[in-house]
Amino acid sequence: MTATYDRAITVFSPDGHLFQVEYAQEAVKKGSTAVGVRGNDIVVLGVEKKAVAKLQEDRTVRKIALLDDHVALAFAGLTADARILINRARIECQSHKLTVEDPVTLEYITRFIAQLKQKYTQSNGRRPFGLSTLIVGFDYDGTPHLYQTDPSGTHFEWMANAIGRSAKTVREFLEKHYTPELATSDKETIKLALKALLEVVQSGSKNMEVAVMKHKQPLKILETEEIDKLIQEIEQEKEEEAEKKKKQK
Amino acid sequence: MLGKLKNANLDLLLPEPLLPPDLESYPEFHSKYINSKNTNALINLSHGTTTLAFRTSQGIIVAVDSRATSGTYIASQTVHKVLRINSHILGTMAGGAADCSYWERYLSILCIKYELENKKKITACIASKLLANIIYSYKGMGLSMGTMIIGGDGKTLDIYYVDNEGTWIKGDLFSVGSGSTFAYGVLDSEYRFDMPIEESIELGRRAIFNACFRDAASGGGVSIYNVQTSGWAYLGRFDTSDLYWNNYKK
Repeated sequence: MTATYDRAITVFSPDGHLFQVEYAQEAVKKGSTAVGVRGNDIVVLGVEKKAVAKLQEDRTVRKIALLDDHVALAFAGLTADARILINRARIECQSHKLTVEDPVTLEYITRFIAQLKQKYTQSNGRRPFGLSTLIVGFDYDGTPHLYQTDPSGTHFEWMANAIGRSAKTVREFLEKHYTPELATSDKETIKLALKALLEVVQSGSKNMEVAVMKHKQPLKILETEEIDKLIQEIEQEKEEEAEKKKKQK
Repeated sequence: MLGKLKNANLDLLLPEPLLPPDLESYPEFHSKYINSKNTNALINLSHGTTTLAFRTSQGIIVAVDSRATSGTYIASQTVHKVLRINSHILGTMAGGAADCSYWERYLSILCIKYELENKKKITACIASKLLANIIYSYKGMGLSMGTMIIGGDGKTLDIYYVDNEGTWIKGDLFSVGSGSTFAYGVLDSEYRFDMPIEESIELGRRAIFNACFRDAASGGGVSIYNVQTSGWAYLGRFDTSDLYWNNYKK
């Protein structure tokens, strides 16, 4: 008779799987790609921008959200779920400042988001959040971080990672090309993120959105001209590489 | 039944003060049963104290008395009014002895929780803010505490004053309690930031002694602590009558 939601939706299968969580991870795999790269002094987030309909305002469905002055988040998966999570995280960032007199560390806010996601895999009448996030930023002491959370509520720190559509391909590309020397150069870090995105996204600054953050500086969303210039450089380098290989043969 | 959740931390539920069924509000409860102006008061809280803490270039000196009174009855001459929150942070007790000792003990738990979750030591700023936020949620319900949270995380060293009104302020010199005015008199006339440590210990001792001498609700003995970035150190207890007859009798 009662209308209370007293039955859990996420229950174990006989062989130990949480199917709702795994289905949520499938939803993530359908979302548009997001890439994150951590340099020594810079963090970069790149997302695939899905083409907007002709009549739709390109007020950019922002997939990169600012949680606080020093923390940014990109997600892959259900946009509506993301909005809820982002709002809760933004409030938590300020609440933390109020109670503890310090801005959040990346680890803290990632843990908060991950714990929130986990709670929804173990609550009555609730389904898991259908998104993975990439959280970047700088701690108060200047160390850069890149964290990833997924629908199950786990979180990991990465040097470079991708989520969403074709994440595996992009991650393999990053594994091949990420080096500690590359991390020392801001420009190379940004270019690595772009190169990784270009693996799965049609070339052109129209289809991607890139944001960079440096310590004690606000999040900067790169202009289309800047992205185009960097893409040109990347293509030039590719041609030079190809010519070198030809000459070697 | 679960109490009302006042704290954002759902896993450490705060106790809800229960009212007798015939009363509407806490102020009414207080004026009827607790306020000592009312001769029918059934509960007499321990009040009366002098505590002080001040910072010099050599660290922080904390000095407290050790008397607890309920009305005109001296309940104890050997109360520990400095509470050891962790190896680097001290808290002082002034006002209601039960309130201070309970909540500062609770604060120790919160400090351990913070260190486990964040993998770093807690600072006096954070610890005092945690305490102040809890106390503020009980504002108007009759808590009586004037406490100082002193110490740091190994790199910082601060004194924060927190009281039952919700005051939370950082400072270099505080004295709290019924005898604080007497202590301030001695402290303010002799305090310098660059005092050598023996002088600052003597100053703290003399200030508390003066308060014990003039304030009826303070006495017993003077306990002194020294706090550095490396942690706190207990320097000893000096009986007030010994101090009078051997040191300060004029």
